[in-house]
Parts: sequence; C-alpha cells; structure tokens
Amino acid sequence: MHFGLEHYLILSAVMFSIGLYGALAKRNAVAILMCIEIMLNAVNIALVAFSRYLVPNAVLLTGQVFAIFIITVAAAEAAVGLAIIIAIYRSRQSVDVEQADLMKG
Amino acid sequence: MIELAFWILALIVVGTAAAVVLLRDIFRAALLLILCFFTVAGIYITLNADFLAAVQVLIYAGAIGVLLIFAIMLTRNLKEGNPFNRLKLPALIVALLFLATVIGVVVSTNWATVTGVSQAVEMPVDQPTTGYIATALFDQSKGFVLPFEIASVLLLAALIGAIVLVQDRS
Repeated sequence: MHFGLEHYLILSAVMFSIGLYGALAKRNAVAILMCIEIMLNAVNIALVAFSRYLVPNAVLLTGQVFAIFIITVAAAEAAVGLAIIIAIYRSRQSVDVEQADLMKG
Repeated sequence: MIELAFWILALIVVGTAAAVVLLRDIFRAALLLILCFFTVAGIYITLNADFLAAVQVLIYAGAIGVLLIFAIMLTRNLKEGNPFNRLKLPALIVALLFLATVIGVVVSTNWATVTGVSQAVEMPVDQPTTGYIATALFDQSKGFVLPFEIASVLLLAALIGAIVLVQDRS
C-alpha cells in the first residue's frame, strides 16, 4: 500500500480503540479521564491527516482549525473533569467509579 | 524519510497508549501519557502541521499533563493503584470490534475522490502553517470567528466551574 492517508487513519483507529478499552474497563476515575484524552488525540491525528492528504500536493487548513477547537474543548473538559473527581474524592475518600453510584436507580 | 519517522513515532504512540491502559501504577501511567502526547506532536510534524505540534506540546504535554499529575497526587490511593473493573473482557471485545470495523472501512474506501474544496483555505505543502491558520480562523467569508469566540467563553465558563467545584465550602 502506498504511504499516505490510510496509515495515519489506521494509527488513529488503533489509538482510539486503546483509549476506548481503557475508558470502559478502568475503575480509577483519573485513569478513565486519561483514556478519554488518548481518544481525543486519536481523533486529532485523523483530522490533521485528512487536512494533509485529502487533496494531493496541498494542505486544507480546515482540519487543523478543527483540531485546535478540539484541543480547546479537551482543556476545558480536563479542568472540569478533574475538579469533579477531586470533589468526589473529598466526599467519599475514593476515586473508584463503582463506588460513586449515588444516582443508581 | 517521513515514512521512517512515521513508523517510529507510531510504534511509540501505540506502545505508550497501551502502557497507560495496562500499567498498575497510575503515576507511571500519567508520565507515559505525557510521553504519548509529545510523540503525537511529532506525528503532527510529519503531517506538515508545525503550529499544531507547538500547541500540542504547550497544552497537552504541558498544561493537561501537569493537571493530571496534580489530580493523581491529590487523590492517590496507594493500595488500589489502577485496577480493571468487571467489564474487562466485554470492553476488550467492544474495542476490538470497533477497531476491526474502522480498519475495514478505511482500507476499503477510495479516498482520492475529492478534487478541490472551494470553501476551505488551501496552502502549498512544506510551508509554515501559522499565517495560513490565522487566515483560516479569522477570514471574513471562510473563517471561524464565531466558534472562536464561543470557545473563549467556554474556557472561561470551565475555569469558573472548576474553581466553584473544588472550593471548600465548610
């Protein structure tokens, strides 16, 4: 296969799957947040690869602009998520997501 | 040259991402995650995105990495570490199914169908991207000025929300 878009998209898919597995299978809330960051990075790689390789011999900047917006939202998400985790830790002395089940029916 | 760099960087990215999921020590996992962010910046450089690589190092490896280590230090439970939950096997099956689906779609699609996009800002390969990104963000007709302003309001709201959540009310 000719080196190009597919290689980056497959790398992105592998990275996203690793993050998905971790986000579903971990018990520590901070670890889940780290896996979500891995997934966001995987999406960014896919966007930047599209911006570079979708049109031959040119770079479409829209993909990179989208990646910048994703990084912004990821920063906001990390700040709020970690604040929530610290608030939960204060009230329950644990960051185990299986013990934070106050809203379970 | 770029191909060799891609393979080395891709190996490091996948290895560190897998280690983040599999390691039992969450502090080491966080340090490897920061290495993973640095390597993703290298991937951006192979994709002709120099400005984005700098942003990646500043925001992900710098700010988010420090924030994660702070949170681990404040909530660390040395006995428990970083265990898996009951969904270990079903989650692995879901992730592998997702991976197989996406790789199947990527390999079977003919991507060379786009010939030109009139609404997007284009630039030649192997040039610095910063000025072109400024055009793509702030151009009067093709730009993203309103989303940019909304993103700044979102960051402000997130900052205030984080401060309100962690303040001590007692």
